[in-house]
Amino acid sequence: MIKIENVHKHFNENYVLRGVNLEVKDGETLTIIGGSGSGKTVLLRHIVGLFLAERGTVEVDGINLGAVREHELHEVQKKIGFLFQDGALFDSLSVGENVAFGLRYMNLSEQVIHKKVSECLMHVGLAGIESVRPSELSGGMKKRVALARAIARDPKYMLYDEPTTGLDPIFSDVINELILDLQKNLKMTSIVVTHDLKSVYKVSNRIAMLLEGKIIETGTPDEIKNSVNPSVQQFINGSSKGPIKLKIKEYQE
Amino acid sequence: MFNKTEEKIIELLNSLASSFILVYKTIISCFMKPFETNLVIYQMVGIGLRSLPVTILTSFSVGMVLALQAGYSAMYVFNEPLYVGTIVTFSIIKELGPVLTATVITGRVGAAITAELGTMKVTEQIDALYTLGTNPVKYLAVPRFLACITMIPILATIANIFGVVGGFVVSRYKLDIPSTVYWTDTLDFLKIDDFFHGFIKSVFFAAIIAFVAIYKGFGTKGGAEGVGKATTQAVVTTLVLILVIDYFLSALLVALRIG
Ligand SMILES: Nc1ncnc2c1ncn2[C@@H]1O[C@H](COP(=O)(O)OP(=O)(O)O)[C@@H](O)[C@H]1O
Ligand SMILES: [Mg+2]
Repeated sequence: MIKIENVHKHFNENYVLRGVNLEVKDGETLTIIGGSGSGKTVLLRHIVGLFLAERGTVEVDGINLGAVREHELHEVQKKIGFLFQDGALFDSLSVGENVAFGLRYMNLSEQVIHKKVSECLMHVGLAGIESVRPSELSGGMKKRVALARAIARDPKYMLYDEPTTGLDPIFSDVINELILDLQKNLKMTSIVVTHDLKSVYKVSNRIAMLLEGKIIETGTPDEIKNSVNPSVQQFINGSSKGPIKLKIKEYQE
Repeated sequence: MFNKTEEKIIELLNSLASSFILVYKTIISCFMKPFETNLVIYQMVGIGLRSLPVTILTSFSVGMVLALQAGYSAMYVFNEPLYVGTIVTFSIIKELGPVLTATVITGRVGAAITAELGTMKVTEQIDALYTLGTNPVKYLAVPRFLACITMIPILATIANIFGVVGGFVVSRYKLDIPSTVYWTDTLDFLKIDDFFHGFIKSVFFAAIIAFVAIYKGFGTKGGAEGVGKATTQAVVTTLVLILVIDYFLSALLVALRIG
């Protein structure tokens, strides 16, 4: 279980997270929705230890990430697969080496690693491209390779940062199917960050909305659709009119 | 809360602190297992191959021009080109070999390191490394640091040799100084300490090149534009630091009677 309690994070004058509370139960797929720049990525990064909470706690299976040493943190990280927004593939390494990267630190034989890599690539529908360089791949393929790399260590938790953003509708659906597939067949617990509503309704068991540094509402897709909160309604209806105003300050940099 | 000057000072202190932390972590990590030997060798070969031609070319030219200037200045004063070998050799080995090599390598290697690490930073590759259980300092900084600190002094030594040979070519064929005279002038006054003087300096320059490049690379923000900015900053900072520290290092080494 992942338990996020009262988490705060700011950059200079930009108070991004202002007391986030969220629980993710084992086996569920939780989607976090919220506008661009609302702090969704920042929140995900706290779960995998890339940011430490300034205030509040992030617990993964009872381990408080802010209170452990680096090697203990790496043990927790082994349970977590992270799909970065733009894939973050290592462009100095081949696709196969990319997928194998996290396995190298697990005392596995070369043979086992090799087998695992081709399995994972098969899983994302890209069997046999081990020797290709990431620079030769299209955006959608990069994302799928990144997904293969993230699932290679059989993580208990999968975090997806905007898995479908920037992909065409068909590719988006391929990714959605992959998420559903991992959830059903590998029983992964997933947290999906997205503002692609089609994707939200397709994959979620539960939805949480992040606004102004807080989770303002959580519920099943039906509960969210019928929410009485005007901000939630505005977001899921995609309207420019409502309580959520664009914060111009953010774009001043 | 603070005014602009105070903010700038705090910012400066912050970056000083974080650069010292990086230096500390990198040096400590050099001695911690697992040793990424392959990565170190890969970087060493990369740095060596990338910089060797330009190092040879610049040091050879500088040796030539030094001989020319020394020769004609001596002729002006003494009516004959005296001590050209001595002047060329001392200037090259104690000063220009290490400094010029460092300068050229800053543009060639330092810039490449910052651009590469900066790109990895803004495309979240460094974060990906970390979440996959790898320490970025160990995996990225250490091999580059070790490669710089071993290869740059070697390159500076090669530069010394080519500089002195460049001086010889001009002395012999332009100034008509007999070979034996040039080489006697060169070797008679030279002590092993003079060589160490330059060598030790080039080790320090190598460390400066590596640390500034790595620090600026890891700290890159703001997409492709940020990578460009970080690279320029790294090159300028390195060059200024090398030239300023050169004086103090030289003074220190002289005080210690090394060269
Ligand atoms: N490393 C960082 N340094 C400074 N500001 C950051 C950093 N990461 C994110 N931010 C800021 O935090 C806010 C939230 O960013 P993010 O979580 O990426 O938004 P999104 O919800 O679109 O994923 C933005 O205003 C962004 O500028
Ligand atoms: Mg984001």
